[in-house]
Amino acid sequence: MTTTTADIATTDWRAQPRRRLSRRVAPALFLAPALLMFLVYVIAPIFASMRISLYDWDGVGKMTFVGLGNYRELLGDDAFYTSLKNNVLWLVLYMLAVPAGLAVALYLNQSVRGIRLVKSLFFFPFVISQVVVGVVFGWFYDPQFGILHSIGKLLGVATPAVLADERYVTYGIIAAGLWPQTAYCMILYLTGLNNVSPDQVEAARIDGAKGLRMLRHVVLPQLGPATFIAVVVTVIGALRSFDLVSTMTHGGPYGSSRVLAFYMYEEALSEYGYRMGYGAAIAVVLFAIMMVYISIFVVRMIRQDRGKR
Amino acid sequence: MKNFRAGLMASAFILAGAVSALAGTLVINTDTSDPAPKKAMQALIDGFKAKNPGVDVKWNVFDHEGYKSAIRNFLTADPPDIVSWYAGNRMAPFVKAGLFADVSDVWKAQGFDKTLGSALSAMTIDGKQWGVPQSYYQWGIYYRSDIFKKLGIATPKTWDELLAACATLKKNGITPFSLGSKALWPTAGWFDYLDLRVNGYAFHMDLTNGKIPWTDPRVKAVFAKWDDMVKNGYIMADHPAFDWQEAVPQMVQGKTAMYVMGNFAVAVMEQGGLKADQIDFMPFPTITPGLPPAEEAPIDSFHIPAKAKDMADAKKFLAYLGSGEAQTKINDILGQLPISTDAKVGDDKFLKAGLAVLSKAQGVAQFFDRDAPADMAKIGMEGFQEFLVHPDHLDAILARLEAARKRIYKVN
Repeated sequence: MTTTTADIATTDWRAQPRRRLSRRVAPALFLAPALLMFLVYVIAPIFASMRISLYDWDGVGKMTFVGLGNYRELLGDDAFYTSLKNNVLWLVLYMLAVPAGLAVALYLNQSVRGIRLVKSLFFFPFVISQVVVGVVFGWFYDPQFGILHSIGKLLGVATPAVLADERYVTYGIIAAGLWPQTAYCMILYLTGLNNVSPDQVEAARIDGAKGLRMLRHVVLPQLGPATFIAVVVTVIGALRSFDLVSTMTHGGPYGSSRVLAFYMYEEALSEYGYRMGYGAAIAVVLFAIMMVYISIFVVRMIRQDRGKR
Repeated sequence: MKNFRAGLMASAFILAGAVSALAGTLVINTDTSDPAPKKAMQALIDGFKAKNPGVDVKWNVFDHEGYKSAIRNFLTADPPDIVSWYAGNRMAPFVKAGLFADVSDVWKAQGFDKTLGSALSAMTIDGKQWGVPQSYYQWGIYYRSDIFKKLGIATPKTWDELLAACATLKKNGITPFSLGSKALWPTAGWFDYLDLRVNGYAFHMDLTNGKIPWTDPRVKAVFAKWDDMVKNGYIMADHPAFDWQEAVPQMVQGKTAMYVMGNFAVAVMEQGGLKADQIDFMPFPTITPGLPPAEEAPIDSFHIPAKAKDMADAKKFLAYLGSGEAQTKINDILGQLPISTDAKVGDDKFLKAGLAVLSKAQGVAQFFDRDAPADMAKIGMEGFQEFLVHPDHLDAILARLEAARKRIYKVN
């Protein structure tokens, strides 16, 4: 059976307004389940945390309203500043993962026999759970039998107990974090390198560009989107660094390796926690910091979207 | 029997206690995930069922660490009929929030005031009892008796003798004390004992109850004694990098010779390869002469949630738990000391030594993180760890603890 335009015009006249309506309703209906989930599991908890942060609450007893008391206390809390300082250290040093990932990606971006195997081996650290990475690095730094200590002994150098010394502990944990993060950035750059136009590289080569100049002026501009994503995931990874701190040091020695995410957990949920309001206040501060980066990310995405239209 | 299996299997998934209780079903949630406590719990339930054939028992085992946060959820959401927990200030938040039931009537009916008398004060808040103790264990110094014998060191009875013993060990290339302070609480064993020996039990209780400023000279005196150990390097270096078990190998290898620990350390030391005749127990030496003897012996206990569905059977269970028969049975398996005066103590030299010390004690402390409220305990133990690494930070640490005390106990 064939349908002509005339058929539709005559038989479907009643469906016309319905179709117009469904065109408006359908997207909303399709979005509804996701929006509902998002509302219940993302938006509502954010506001719930903000509300709890205004109370003094042990999680089981009565809630007492204290206004901005928790935030005022945060301002005078040394542990909070230690965590904040460590978070800044994480943010800055974690960025090393981006150039390191690029370097590894450039090195691996060649067609040699067996390169796929090598690539997957380099990607391996990202596949392992962060907890395992933490445990492995914990052994690595162990002052009794760790590799670091053994190497130091061979060379006759005294190595510090990295995780027991407040001067080195945060750097030690960040180094452990860089290992999987570099692998993550590497894979982002490897996919980015696949999309680098061979014509432009060829043209640049004819014009006499080589090595670093080729990288800077021809390859890197084309890797822009990959770099952007690598920076964003690294920033977020640095801000939510919790698992490594938790498995390697529990925030110790005496709280010197805490970051905001861990401090929040400690105050609200750990064995000696019982301070839901204070923990929520830390969560709100952490959220505010993350919001800066997330907004930059979202604004840029919207701008790119508009640019395409 | 079938219920046990179900309980064990559920434990693997850390069941959230979401088990609806039928009439005559007693739901028990415990943190007994280690082998010996699990076995002891099974024996306890078997004994209870033999005495109360009509009652069906549903037992949920939780992972030991996970239990500490899970209990807050199931007490408010879906309370079981019996829960395991700890005495002292550790149960205070639940008592104050009205989540634990008053069981003073069980104490009265069973005459527990007499038979469980040594734990009475630790189980009492606002003049009422909120649970029944199961067992306790002593703290003190566990040491390598073979090394002491070889170097001709007599068991130190006073602080000066202990320092002399440390000096001899150090001279022979042995660091006197093992310590693994990564989890913080092992430092509190030291602090508690030093405070109990320098200032006594009453002072220690006042301090953990927030009645004494941390900047008090008597508190400083405690740290001065501790500094005798720190400045001479008598406590193992790098201790913040290790959990307490990870510092045991040093002692097994003879690189260290003593450890301030609870009686549970013996099992780990024996697993590490030390024979029973290589280890011995000594009470923490005297510092200020003439103080009434006091020891540290944390009590493990059972409680009834206020909203328990089967209150009558739950109270029967606590009555059984406090009996001499039950206490003998479970503590035999646990390797701990029964609290009931009707119970028999296991045939073990460490338990006998512990009993000898504890029966003379006029005050029994529960351990810093049970005597002090949770947030004070955390900040305090962090301060202890920092002091052990940087004794010169003492004034800053004490100022920080004092600020925390004012906030936590709401004093001015």
